[in-house]
Amino acid sequence: MSADLVFDLTVFVLSLLVGFEVISKVPATLHTPLMSGANSIHGIVVVGAMLIATTADDWVGYLLAFVAMAFATMNVVGGYVVTDRMLGMFRTRGGAK
Amino acid sequence: MNAAFHLIYLACATGFVVGLHMMNSPATARRGNQVSAAAMAVAVGTTVVLLVRAGSVRPVGWLMLAAGAAVGGAAGLYAARTVAMTAMPQLVSVFNAVGGGAAALLAVDDLLRSGGAPVAAALDILIGAVTFSGSLVAAGKLQGWVPSQPIVFPGARALNVVLGVAFLGGGGWLVADPHNRPALVVLAVAALAFGVTMVLPIGGADMPVVISLLNAFTGTAVAMAGFVLGNPVLIIAGALVGASGGILTKLMADAMNRSIPSIIVGGFGTGDSAAPIAGPGGASVRAVAADDVAIQLAYAGKVIIVPGYGLAAAQAQHELAELADLLERRGVEVSYAIHPVAGRMPGHMNVLLAEANVPYPLLREMDDVNPEFARTDVALVIGANDVTNPAARRPGNPVSGMPILDVDQAHSVIVIKRSMGHGYAGIDNELYTNAKTGMYFADAKKGLAALTSAVKTLVG
Repeated sequence: MSADLVFDLTVFVLSLLVGFEVISKVPATLHTPLMSGANSIHGIVVVGAMLIATTADDWVGYLLAFVAMAFATMNVVGGYVVTDRMLGMFRTRGGAK
Repeated sequence: MNAAFHLIYLACATGFVVGLHMMNSPATARRGNQVSAAAMAVAVGTTVVLLVRAGSVRPVGWLMLAAGAAVGGAAGLYAARTVAMTAMPQLVSVFNAVGGGAAALLAVDDLLRSGGAPVAAALDILIGAVTFSGSLVAAGKLQGWVPSQPIVFPGARALNVVLGVAFLGGGGWLVADPHNRPALVVLAVAALAFGVTMVLPIGGADMPVVISLLNAFTGTAVAMAGFVLGNPVLIIAGALVGASGGILTKLMADAMNRSIPSIIVGGFGTGDSAAPIAGPGGASVRAVAADDVAIQLAYAGKVIIVPGYGLAAAQAQHELAELADLLERRGVEVSYAIHPVAGRMPGHMNVLLAEANVPYPLLREMDDVNPEFARTDVALVIGANDVTNPAARRPGNPVSGMPILDVDQAHSVIVIKRSMGHGYAGIDNELYTNAKTGMYFADAKKGLAALTSAVKTLVG
């Protein structure tokens, strides 16, 4: 097992623990925006999609870069916008609108 | 990649954690989402700088990235702006699908080029592909394009075993020989097919669990992509989403008193439209008219409204908010008791009511509101069924042990329902035959509108 893999696994496990800790405090009222917001966070895969392009030099590589980029951007942009739209609806009495 | 880039990515990961943390209250949640979005923008910008400095992307590569971003961004923006709140579960499913699909494609690309991390790549393709096809089927079911009843066909279980063997075999082969193309194809095709056969037998009522589970899968697939690329920010973000999806899956399964494996195996959940049994059946139920209900509500001190998915299906949340608003102006104390599975995804009902301008402090969680039913004059149940059935407190029936709202503790109960049809569990609801329960047989939307006008005319 290489040192890099051990490092990556450490990051993975600690992040899972942080995730459990932070997310278990979110009230049920916000579970839909939470899921949709978490959804946008996994849109970080867009960074990976861009890295594909560094090695792309034939049509397979270009096609993969294009499709991965389209999927990931849809995930990021759509996720953040719809989460914001939902959270904008939560208001206390006499709030905006 | 030098230290500066690593530090910027670390800052972005911190932004995601802080953003999620701020989701712990409706007051800060929107700002939290913006923090998270800003972190994402910085991560993307940093990656662009990284690519420009490396100078390895050819012009066609840049063109592909720009075209992909334009197409995906436009599609995402359009969907996010126009989607109805009732269709939110479908949209989240589609976003799960594309996120998982993109993660799987990263691993495919890596295997075609270097194949340096075959175990992570194989896991990424497996989880990403299952998520991609499974989420699309789930979205199809929620949208009604695929029947929402559990679809079981002869030999389904045998087929699943074959697919399982195929993806395990393909994955093992790929790990042993990362440049083997047929192994890659076997793994990808078997995983895609497995995603379909996994979600098809799951019924509409179990969708909150399935969406949460697929969300956890997507996060894990993205984390695997991080392993493949050796990029910690993908690992961190993926793990956060995996944790979030995992927690929600557990909460939803607990709220239905079902184990996750039994939901995946399927069979209990039925479609959205449980076959209605014509008219009030044999058991003695007390039918009430709109005027009686209106008087009872208007002169109550405390009313708790229990909305279920039937309310959303009838698109009646605005009529409900209007009635509640009218009652509140008469001095009635109104709140909403929301069961965790009242909707098609976790927290769905809260969003639907928020959209109808119901202030979120009135939306109460099950454990929080249950003690208050005993001090409640009228509990108004609309479109909720199994989650109010007192039979759940007794062993020996399909809903036994399921956490329920203690509606039967209220001084009186009004149920708005079209007929005496069963809920997903397919059993009689003992609440309906309780002596203090009045059944108001009506469509939720029309019934609520009739109640509102009755309150206005009868008590001004």
